[in-house]
Amino acid sequence: MERDKNFILGVYDDEDVLLDAISKVRGSGVKIHEVYSPFPVHGIDDVLGYKRSKLPIAAFLFGMLGTTLALTMQFYMMKFDWPMIIGGKDHAAVPDFIPVTFELTVLLAAFGMVGVFMIASNLKPWGQPRIFDIRITDDKHVMAIDLAVNSSMAENQLTDVLKNSGASEVNFKSFE
Amino acid sequence: MHVTSSVRQPLITGGKTLKDVTHDISRQVEAKPSMGWLLAFLFSVGVLLLGSIALVATLWEGIGMWGLNKTVGWAWDITNFVWWVGIGHAGTLISAVLLLFRQKWRMAINRAAEAMTIFAVICAAMFPVIHMGRPWLGAYWALPLPNTFGSLWVNFNSPLLWDVFAISTYFSVSLVFWYIGLIPDFATIRDRASGIRKTIYGALSFGWDGAAKTWSRYESVALILAGLATPLVLSVHTIVSFDFATSVIPGWHTTIFPPYFVAGAIFSGFAMVLTLMIVTRKVFHLEDYITIGHIELMNIVIIITGSIVGIAYITEFFIAWYSGVAAEQYAFMNRMFGPYWWAYWSMMTCNVISPQLFWFKKIRTSIVATFLLSLVVNIGMWFERFVIIVTSLHRDYLPSSWAMFYPTISDVGVYLFTFGLFFTLFFLFAKFFPVINMAEIKSIVKSTSEKVTK
Repeated sequence: MERDKNFILGVYDDEDVLLDAISKVRGSGVKIHEVYSPFPVHGIDDVLGYKRSKLPIAAFLFGMLGTTLALTMQFYMMKFDWPMIIGGKDHAAVPDFIPVTFELTVLLAAFGMVGVFMIASNLKPWGQPRIFDIRITDDKHVMAIDLAVNSSMAENQLTDVLKNSGASEVNFKSFE
Repeated sequence: MHVTSSVRQPLITGGKTLKDVTHDISRQVEAKPSMGWLLAFLFSVGVLLLGSIALVATLWEGIGMWGLNKTVGWAWDITNFVWWVGIGHAGTLISAVLLLFRQKWRMAINRAAEAMTIFAVICAAMFPVIHMGRPWLGAYWALPLPNTFGSLWVNFNSPLLWDVFAISTYFSVSLVFWYIGLIPDFATIRDRASGIRKTIYGALSFGWDGAAKTWSRYESVALILAGLATPLVLSVHTIVSFDFATSVIPGWHTTIFPPYFVAGAIFSGFAMVLTLMIVTRKVFHLEDYITIGHIELMNIVIIITGSIVGIAYITEFFIAWYSGVAAEQYAFMNRMFGPYWWAYWSMMTCNVISPQLFWFKKIRTSIVATFLLSLVVNIGMWFERFVIIVTSLHRDYLPSSWAMFYPTISDVGVYLFTFGLFFTLFFLFAKFFPVINMAEIKSIVKSTSEKVTK
């Protein structure tokens, strides 16, 4: 059986039942492909064993890039390329450069981080998501388990694990 | 599990389930436009077209069409600019600052408030662009573009230039923040739709699938954007106030301006949010999501910021007297008792006295009173900017050049244009976008609803 094609799905109605279920299912040695929810469930990354997102680091680096670009641009234009005396101020009037530097730092940090988020999560206008269950964006949480990855367990064994963990339905889903 | 104190009012009433939330919000997007919406929309487009006559006249003839003269070089245009930018402060404040403070009541109003912010900033940006006179050359005056004028750059010492960067950063970051929040909700609408609607909302939803990993990243993006947007909101009106505060005009040259402008901006922004949300909740039957409790909390923000604004007015007046500077003292006496006394006292009544009525619980929990007072606050905040700008300029250092400012039909028409634009955009948003953040509301259904789902 090929990976990433045939899935067994546990459908859950309640986020607290879901959090418990993830621990139980993982505890019985089943590898979870992914859990899909209609809203962000707090604590789900811990029980799934996901590492903390590195997006804050991306935001910081893009922010530093913004700071550097803004200061370089202002010093180059005001001090070196075309120095002018404005109100008797120093050509490199550093306090005057702070507002624009701040704004460009925020701008690059925000856009850089969001760009990385879009790429990392594969979000794009022409994206065609794999919809495991149409009710994921409405009111159901769905735990997807790849049958090929868990080939050591029989299908009815997996069904029992999901049922015992509190799933309200257990379904199968195959993708081309 | 999240535990909510029993003294807290439920944020969602009517015993809503997750399915009800999806249905109640998506229904507005899926239904055929109602007659009421159509009439309101066409009316806004009408105002937009009417105002565009004045806009075209101004662009064709130049800003001589306005009531400005050699003494009063900034008046109606910049008043409108500051007023719209101020209104544009509530949205990002609600979604960013209240997110950092974990105020869950923001979830019912943040989507519409952010939309309002974006549209208000678009309206605001119109004025500085038009008042350049030849806006088609404006990019060279406002942006550091390489040019053939001898590679003379824009002046980074000028607060007017800081404003260009502040407003454009604020607009684009707010837009991104708003759109990231919309993606999961577009996916909800996509999964309920068929045909062309499915294609359009499918593209808008960027292929969202609701995976736990994506939600986890989404949450960290939202948190960091909130952290970035919070100082950004404060910086924008601070920099707008620098346009005045860094000058040497009596009445403008004061260090109190940045905090005073920011408080005023939040004050007027919340008033506009209330005006729009009271109508939206009624028209779309969202009373279970935007409850009296939400309205009361927004009114409390209005009391606080209104009181800060009141204290700022009094402080400014005291400092003018205490400074011993005759020109400064005259500027303030002229505001109160000069030819524009009516503008000053309108501002004082609308901004300082009227919000104090919200100390009465009966008034701050009354929809009619809140709606009327929100309009009063918006009128008052327009007068505040008019008073600061026009009364400080019209009697300058040379009594021989003292003058009055009277708006012309073009001044009024361009203002009308921005109203048309704002409401046209808002009505389009209210019809085609989910007005409440469904995904966020769903995350609190279990902990704050009257009836827990299971």
